[in-house]
Amino acid sequence: MFKEITLGQYYQTDSPLHRLDPRVKVSGTFVYIISLFLVSTFTGYLYAGVFLAVCILLSGVPFRYIWRGMRAVLVLLLITVIFNLFLTPGTPVVRFYRLQITIEGIRFAAKMAIRLVFLIIGSTLMTLTTTPNQLTDAMESLMHPLKKMHVPVHEISMMMSIALRFIPILMEETDKIMKAQMVRGADFESGNVITRIRNMVPLLVPLFISAFRRANDLAMAMEARCYQGGEGRTRMKPLVYHRNDRNAWLILAAYFAGAVLIRAMMLTV
Amino acid sequence: MSIIAENVSYIYDQGSAMESCAINGLSTEIPDGRFIGLIGHTGSGKSTFVQLLNGLLEPSSGRILFNGQDIRAEGFDRRKLRAEVGLVFQYPEHQLFETDVLTDVKFGPKNLGLTPDEQEERATEALRQVGLNENFYTMSPFELSGGEKRRAAIAGVLAMHPGVLILDEPTAGLDPRGRDEIMDLVSELHAAEKKTILLVSHSMEDVAEYVERIMVMNSGSILYDGTPREVFAHFRELEEIGLAAPQMTYIMQYLKEKGIDVRTDLLTVKEAAAEILRTYGFRQGEEQDV
Repeated sequence: MFKEITLGQYYQTDSPLHRLDPRVKVSGTFVYIISLFLVSTFTGYLYAGVFLAVCILLSGVPFRYIWRGMRAVLVLLLITVIFNLFLTPGTPVVRFYRLQITIEGIRFAAKMAIRLVFLIIGSTLMTLTTTPNQLTDAMESLMHPLKKMHVPVHEISMMMSIALRFIPILMEETDKIMKAQMVRGADFESGNVITRIRNMVPLLVPLFISAFRRANDLAMAMEARCYQGGEGRTRMKPLVYHRNDRNAWLILAAYFAGAVLIRAMMLTV
Repeated sequence: MSIIAENVSYIYDQGSAMESCAINGLSTEIPDGRFIGLIGHTGSGKSTFVQLLNGLLEPSSGRILFNGQDIRAEGFDRRKLRAEVGLVFQYPEHQLFETDVLTDVKFGPKNLGLTPDEQEERATEALRQVGLNENFYTMSPFELSGGEKRRAAIAGVLAMHPGVLILDEPTAGLDPRGRDEIMDLVSELHAAEKKTILLVSHSMEDVAEYVERIMVMNSGSILYDGTPREVFAHFRELEEIGLAAPQMTYIMQYLKEKGIDVRTDLLTVKEAAAEILRTYGFRQGEEQDV
């Protein structure tokens, strides 16, 4: 049941995108998201779409795998589209009762949908090609300047990596406890909302206990290895920029310049 | 109440890069009333196999027959099957959740739709079987010791009155005494109640003493299937797949290589001691005088 959600899951394979420095990928994702808000014409979205398609091809992740993750956010997407479709004023096309669909509404809803889909696929692609550890390393490195302002950068990134690391563990644990209770006749699938929630108790209590136990064990293990925060800590795999990363920065810059150009063209027209 | 697996395969994460075949064309039969050991090293597919047997997982191909009925067939009551084929997972104590032991054990019977009296009866009976007396009934499951917790959890499955009991590594993480208690409990269940028992383990030592038949699994299929003596005769091949025969097999093998004429198919320390004494001319019962 949890296999549906691909957002935040790493897809193991070897590709140019996987080998890229995580800092490039994190910044790249931000740049891409900003570009999505810069361009707001269909030409612009075509441009962003082509760039995304090339990235997906480079990543070696099968498209249907990315699409499977999209299904989870489909409902959210649908609600956004429906609201935009009906609530945008302008020239009406269809009208029933007090609701009307306008040309502007259709255009706006389509753009919104494209933007959201690209945004989600773009960030999913980053998490699919970057391990959680690389991701938090990149975050720590990128947020480093904030340390001057006494932001506990290392602690935040450590908390993030532990949280990310616990997701698959707890998912596996949930699956195991669920099965163990199903053997004892528990039913997690039928009944109304209230009974369903009540039926979750035999699952949630052991899950919480296990989460606390694991957290406790981990804290003990960290202390046993003299963990004392980020001061003076060295890395097993330091982040180093290679030639490919420089090329990626250049490509990214070129892409962003293109997006700005499209924006400028739109304003002059 | 036999279970038959017919050419069963199970593939995890089918269609992704993580795709892996856990069970590969496995066929076997588990007849009624037997005590069987299922052995394999980590990742050999034994845990997946037992989950297929009670319908928690569905085979990617092949069939599982319970009393001659395909468990995947339309209209087959899988919830009833899970009650009929009780599965005790690894570290079963992690499933405890109620405020006291008795209520926790009642959880299964309650789900079966029994009356409160029947629930009570089944729970107290199961707790008696695992050796937890009245003093434990009102205790929180989280106050118990490791071995007691495990026994309480096993009682939770026993209260379902399964005809077949599958235990996945029931002694993992217990001290020798806790281990013996659990193993004695299991063989008692087999002897007194004639339950079919499938004991999953990676330890030859554990199962050798108790079971009538051993199945050895390796990379998703059954490598050997026979009595403990038959299986341990392959001790060299077993080593190659990361398993070991009981210690006594090695000692007797070593003695034989050194030219002492002993039998090598012995499993327990007691048997081996008697055999060694025999070769030196002592008869049974004379050991004490040595």
